[in-house]
Amino acid sequence: MGLVLDNVRRDVGALTHIHETTLRLLPGTMTVLLGATLAGKTSLMRLMAGLDRPTAGRILVEENGRERDVTGLPVRERSVAMVYQQFINYPNFNVFENIASPLRVKGLPKAEIDGKVRAMARLMQLEPFLERMPLNLSGGQQQRTAMARALIKGADLVLLDEPLANLDYKLREELREELPRIVRMSNATVVYATTEPQEALLLGSHTATLWQGRVTQYGPSAEVYRRPQDLITAQIFSDPPLNLLPVTKAGADILLPDGTRAPATGVLAGLADGDYQLGFRAHQLGLRAPARPGLRFEGQVIVSEIAGSESFVHLECSGGRWVALAPGVHRLEPGTAISAHIDPASVFVFDPAGKLAHAPAFLSAA
Amino acid sequence: MARIELSDLAHSYKKGASALADFALKPMTLTWRQGGAYALLGPSGCGKTTLLNIISGLLVPSHGRVLFDGRDVAHLPTEKRNIAQVFQFPVVYDTMTVYENLAFPLRNRGMAAGAVDDRVREIASLLDLTGELQRKARGLTADAKQKISLGRGLVRPDVAAILFDEPLTVIDPQLKWELRSKLKALHKALDVTMIYVTHDQTEALTFADTVVVMHDGRVVQVGRPDELFEKPAHTFVGYFIGSPGMNVIPASVAGSQAHVAGATIALHRHYEVPPGKRIEIGVRPEFARLAPSGEGFPVKIERIDDLGRSRLARLRLREHAVAASVPDELREIGETAGLILEPEHIHVYADGERLEGRS
Repeated sequence: MGLVLDNVRRDVGALTHIHETTLRLLPGTMTVLLGATLAGKTSLMRLMAGLDRPTAGRILVEENGRERDVTGLPVRERSVAMVYQQFINYPNFNVFENIASPLRVKGLPKAEIDGKVRAMARLMQLEPFLERMPLNLSGGQQQRTAMARALIKGADLVLLDEPLANLDYKLREELREELPRIVRMSNATVVYATTEPQEALLLGSHTATLWQGRVTQYGPSAEVYRRPQDLITAQIFSDPPLNLLPVTKAGADILLPDGTRAPATGVLAGLADGDYQLGFRAHQLGLRAPARPGLRFEGQVIVSEIAGSESFVHLECSGGRWVALAPGVHRLEPGTAISAHIDPASVFVFDPAGKLAHAPAFLSAA
Repeated sequence: MARIELSDLAHSYKKGASALADFALKPMTLTWRQGGAYALLGPSGCGKTTLLNIISGLLVPSHGRVLFDGRDVAHLPTEKRNIAQVFQFPVVYDTMTVYENLAFPLRNRGMAAGAVDDRVREIASLLDLTGELQRKARGLTADAKQKISLGRGLVRPDVAAILFDEPLTVIDPQLKWELRSKLKALHKALDVTMIYVTHDQTEALTFADTVVVMHDGRVVQVGRPDELFEKPAHTFVGYFIGSPGMNVIPASVAGSQAHVAGATIALHRHYEVPPGKRIEIGVRPEFARLAPSGEGFPVKIERIDDLGRSRLARLRLREHAVAASVPDELREIGETAGLILEPEHIHVYADGERLEGRS
């Protein structure tokens, strides 16, 4: 089943929670809704589920090449399952009964229920815990139980609202790896809301970036990541935050915020005169002199955050407050002098209206 | 200011326990240097909260001693230990101003008004709270309240140690790094022993000079962040630190050779392997790289994860799952490829414990 949002809007009182949005979700795919808290991810999901009715626009279900208008059809008459950030299970049912509950409601024969629950438990690696009560499980096991119950319904549309947000990072890592496989096997159209760019890249075939109730871009995840059409989308799809450097192109030079000039080489040479923002992600800011000469800034370390196998170096320099990614563990004391390097060939260029003026060339990932 | 020693410390919640399995904390001896920045890192259920409660005095250990500057405090209640604590959730008086909240622990101990004022202003300035001092705590955001809690923990100049229990839980992700940098700066400015309990590797590794990694009631490694990354003392540390964690592959090792899945790997060091133990080699994905077929060991490609900034290969070396980095210049990737492990980054483990080997 495919799902189409056709010019959907949602007002609550005088406020517009979701601005006119058109989205076409393909059957059997996963779409990630990526955006900060309050960007409208949950509001959009509630419209998709039929929990809220759109103020304007239509919601269509696509089946065998035919579209059916389901706008206003209540959630219980739709084939929808939803999982929330805060895992919800029946506390007085064991794991088996929790997973089995939607099938019992349907009145399936006992043997069939048994077979389906065990298959789903195997998929979710919950087999050893089927007899346990939810409160005697770890957070990850509880959330896997909630997801198993959502998936076993065989709903055409599965909505997952930040399902991994409350879990330890190791569990997140593991479930993130398992999810695409589980989704493929379930054959449902899955929508997954997250605040984390990394999750969007790992999980989703498609990503829609959300900001203040609007979808800023929708497309294959890697493409949205590599060719954000505007500054907002690039910022939504960057963690740590996108580094920015305001520059003015003037003839053969660019003017930097500290008043100095640098030759406008590479992509910068081709820009019309005027103001721009250069945007570059943490891994595009080098802490060692590159082979190709680029822009160099002197500054000092604010803090070096060590994330296990890589370090995020927060620094303050004449260009701004930036974050650089350095592979490995780097313990740099606050205040350490540091130079930061930008290769103009690897930056995004945005015009004063925030539109993408240039994106670095990427080799397509194999 | 204090040096904290845990001497043959162990704890069981069962009375008269003798079997090791009955101990929530297995026997340990550790010294926490005066002025050090420590993290206690491990997953939920590893025993880190039990250990914290023993240090703070909420729990009397069933075995061993806790020494503050050589004095046994194991049976002293929290208030007699002269420690400050910061918890997961803000502890502030809503009806008081920010200033009064910070001053409270000092006034409570009868400090002179002038000295209170100096100290409150110093701490407020370190935490960027100077502009908020006259505001009532009520109505402030959770982030701001937690900053006040941190301030209240830090304000007393005479404490033996400050204990932090997952202090950034309620902080918005975008603000976390800012508070992490503040805490680091505070540690430098205040020269007091700090112990930071967390299950989050980034928090532990960013804050601490020394990280104590716990697993299953045991301390499995005490080391600097770079040591935990480069030389995990236990396969659990290899797994828990780093995303994804270290590859651990069953092997047999003799001298300076490892035999893995039918292939032979030359090791950087020479090992004498104890008999009867489970032998594995460990190598982090950062030190394992994908290569064209024909180079290194033949592997099957399960999938390539595009992480945006880099690619990660998910492989099968026979029946073993392995993660490896993909060099940017490697473009054509089929169903099979080669795997190259950097010999100086391969570790050998016996029953989970790293063997030192000799060169």
